[in-house]
Amino acid sequence: MPISGTRPRRGEGRAAAFFAAPSLLGLTLFTLFPVVMSLVMAFYHWPAVGARTFAGLGNLSTLFEDAVFRRTLLNTLLFVVLYLPLNLVVSLGLAVWISPRMKGRRALRVVFFLPVVVPMVANAIVWRLIYQPGGLIDGTLHAATGVHAPNFLGERGWAMFAVVAMSVWQGFGYNMLVFSAALDAIPEHIVEAAQLDGAGPVRQLFRITLPMISPSMFFATTMTLITSFQVFTQPFLLTGGGPGVDTETLMMFVYNQGFSVFEFGTASAAAWILFVLILGVTAVQFAGQRRWVTYDA
Amino acid sequence: MPSRWRVVVSHAALYLVAAVFVAPLVYMLATSLKPAAEVFGSPPRLFGSELRWANYREAFTFLPFGRFVLNGIVVATIGTLVVLLASSMSAYAFAKLRWRGRDGVFLVFLATLMIPQEILVVPMFTLMRWLGWVDSYQALIFPWAFTAFGTFLLRQYFRTIPDEINDSARIDGAGLVRVFTHIMLPLARPALAVLAVFTFINYWNSFLWPLIIINSVDQKATVPLGLQLFFGQQGTQWNLVMAASVISMAPTTLLLLVLQKHLIRGIATGGLGGR
Repeated sequence: MPISGTRPRRGEGRAAAFFAAPSLLGLTLFTLFPVVMSLVMAFYHWPAVGARTFAGLGNLSTLFEDAVFRRTLLNTLLFVVLYLPLNLVVSLGLAVWISPRMKGRRALRVVFFLPVVVPMVANAIVWRLIYQPGGLIDGTLHAATGVHAPNFLGERGWAMFAVVAMSVWQGFGYNMLVFSAALDAIPEHIVEAAQLDGAGPVRQLFRITLPMISPSMFFATTMTLITSFQVFTQPFLLTGGGPGVDTETLMMFVYNQGFSVFEFGTASAAAWILFVLILGVTAVQFAGQRRWVTYDA
Repeated sequence: MPSRWRVVVSHAALYLVAAVFVAPLVYMLATSLKPAAEVFGSPPRLFGSELRWANYREAFTFLPFGRFVLNGIVVATIGTLVVLLASSMSAYAFAKLRWRGRDGVFLVFLATLMIPQEILVVPMFTLMRWLGWVDSYQALIFPWAFTAFGTFLLRQYFRTIPDEINDSARIDGAGLVRVFTHIMLPLARPALAVLAVFTFINYWNSFLWPLIIINSVDQKATVPLGLQLFFGQQGTQWNLVMAASVISMAPTTLLLLVLQKHLIRGIATGGLGGR
């Protein structure tokens, strides 16, 4: 990381301390300290009120013996496995479809991005009404065919898909903008040269467009992977984790352990399991990037 | 099919997809203007028997929704100012000042970017109890105001400003604080704008942390938390809930429409926002 002027100049040290102080203090108090504390908590039996006792790895074994925890682990993986590819395909597809030269492209991009900046609570509430018996889907289907739609949020087998569908609708606009920016940056002469050489649209997509935006695809995949493991608000508000615990995610489990059961120890241990899981898949992502990401364009 | 026609069909189909995509938001708006008895119905209709604007008035009177909006504006505004001030100051120290250990400290800063919220919420709550901040406005504002992200973003921007500008101002007798406030900050205005927009939106939309830390919801809730309360109490009054939802999305939607260029640039240059 080369930075201009590495030779310390007299008098700037004190000024630097002044300028950096708010961030350094804030970060120490509100990030570094809680992280250390979380790690300590994970090894303690730490109820919100009452005596704490050292538990060692006890919290971990408690968690893995807990059928609900194991289920939330699976639910989270299922969410990620469904959400990630859907999000990427839709966002990439639309970014390519809204071609760089079409009229009204900025308005379209803003429309698809809109749910990203709308409070998740508002998005989730309207989707409750859409999924509800008598709501938008059921009402339309029943009027058209006389058949009622399933109770999407209340039926096993539907609930997770309903949560995923709403989440994709809400979230893909972000990646779409990432891809659009990358597509806009592809030099026109490269596309023209390919066309002159007789490359069809499919060949152009796979031989030129996708390789040229592969760094963006890597960025989007990694970020979406990380955030989708942390999914909380959508299932919390759409289904409350139900039916049963069919849509309860790891982050919801952490929240419930912490703030309904008030067991900070197991909550912290569960949070660290989630974090390690995220670190693991991110590491795999980074290890695999050499095979498909091209940085020299 | 001639290629001209193919383009027309492709664009028409694209607009159709966009229309289906915004349907939920249109449905929200439509429901917010319907009489309570006409929310459900088969087939669903865009308009009820009247456009009931009174829903919006009632959304504000049934629960202290005006209070939630005010809380949200105050928390998001102060939070954004704190973020801008703290991160621009430290970014200046990291980008332009020379001091021992600078690069090492900066690496620690960057490393904290990896720490996710799920690790932090439980110990943060305990910390709030120790500070006596549970159920307070400062707890809504400060705990998340010191992420390394803003510092990183602004440091990258400050580094593009030539050192000569700084040095000549110093030779002219300007102090470091003056250089910071009169040269660096004005020059960094585009980056500050991007950071401000995203920070404001994040504060305004934040749900999990207010849910954890706020107990007296009637007084201190921000909009998403208040909306959830509204929903819980008034699950049957869909039209009022939808009116409140429309109000909740108004500020950030407005920001998006007015500042779309800044927002899009922020995303293109370095993964802001999202979630």
